[in-house]
Amino acid sequence: MYDFDWTSVVGGLPYLGSGMLLSLRLLVTAVAVGVVLGTVLALMRLSRYRLLSAFAGTYVNFFRSMPLVLVIFWFYFLVPLMLRGVIDNPAVGPLYSALIAFAIFEAAFYCEIIRAGIQSIPSGQISAAYALGMNYAQAMGHVILPQAFRNMVPLLLTQSIVLFQDISLVYVIGLSDFLGVAAKIGQRDGRLVELYLFVAAVYFVLCFAASQLVRRLQKRLAT
Amino acid sequence: MIEIRNISKWYGAFQVLKDCTTRVSQGEVVVVCGPSGSGKSTLIKCVNGLEPFQAGEVLVDGVSVGDPQTNLPKLRARIGMVFQNFELFPHMTVLDNINLAQIKVLGRDKVAATERSRQLLKRVGLEEQAAKHPGQLSGGQQQRVAIARALALDPIAMLFDEPTSALDPEMINEVLDVMVSLATEGMTMMVVTHEMGFARRVAHRVVFMDEGRIVEDAAKDEFFSAPRSERAQLFLSKILQH
Repeated sequence: MYDFDWTSVVGGLPYLGSGMLLSLRLLVTAVAVGVVLGTVLALMRLSRYRLLSAFAGTYVNFFRSMPLVLVIFWFYFLVPLMLRGVIDNPAVGPLYSALIAFAIFEAAFYCEIIRAGIQSIPSGQISAAYALGMNYAQAMGHVILPQAFRNMVPLLLTQSIVLFQDISLVYVIGLSDFLGVAAKIGQRDGRLVELYLFVAAVYFVLCFAASQLVRRLQKRLAT
Repeated sequence: MIEIRNISKWYGAFQVLKDCTTRVSQGEVVVVCGPSGSGKSTLIKCVNGLEPFQAGEVLVDGVSVGDPQTNLPKLRARIGMVFQNFELFPHMTVLDNINLAQIKVLGRDKVAATERSRQLLKRVGLEEQAAKHPGQLSGGQQQRVAIARALALDPIAMLFDEPTSALDPEMINEVLDVMVSLATEGMTMMVVTHEMGFARRVAHRVVFMDEGRIVEDAAKDEFFSAPRSERAQLFLSKILQH
């Protein structure tokens, strides 16, 4: 029988906390930038200008067909390499390269959610906005997007919960996020089993609670 | 005021409007009627450019709607439009619905816009409902708010696209009453409707459409007493029986 020893978990709590803070920082930034970028992409995808919609379509299909790990690697290794042609010493660093990778990758997913949200608004709404003399930006900004986002909030949050789990992938570029920190403590103390169990429990509690909240919100919005 | 000259429109190979010509003069009330699918709604949406058309010309106050040089938002702000399904903005209060375009399109300040909105709400008998959301109102109330919203921009003409078709029968009159009072005050109006009672009371002219064509365009009395086309006679006999 394996002998559990939780002292390295307890002793490592401050360090684990700082890892969780980094995970949350990555999450919040990626969601914020991803949603903004996703909105722009969704509007491009729905645009009647073929060049814009084709660009957005290609973008979405490309990133939806790529493993996230690969995208994280690219931005870590390839982008600084490419930038070297432009700037002398591009100090992007793992944190920022990961941030950019998540935002750009998630934008493709948010784009599809937002596009569906926009399309769920009856076309009469945009006609009414135009009939009142609004231009495209005003009609979108005041009439369509506020309604679309209200409908989309549960889906956007669900996608963000998935993203929160996916953020643990940054261990491949050596970032000390929650999982990264746990792995380091576990290896240092030879207590990987305890640390990984603890990490699993924390992820489960956070994500399950968040899902329940989203479900409740969804019910409230549906009424 | 509104000149529709020989406009035609196709959806792919299907022609929805066939060489339609009519006009609405200042202060005139023109009712457009006809069986469903005859192109009435499409025609009225061509007037403010919500529907593009491929041939012909529409002039509103001398400005060509189809001209790519025309500032369509600016032109639309001068023409009020009321839709079959109200199309109030459900995420805003009644007051904000009426304020929105005044502030964002006309550039009125909020105080002036609110004052105008309240005045219009009073006019349509809904001053108590300003803080509610559209979903809390009945269909008839929503349509009256929609009329107030259109009037808030001080339009030179009003377009009504089947304004009572989505209403329960007992709510039709409260909307028609508002429209009648507008008409008697001299508002230029183009109204797509099946409400022949309304046409009889306030219309100056009646345009009858069938299969994308304007079949009849006559003064009201002439239209009701002696419709020339067989199609219009048939339509009237069916609609007036009840």
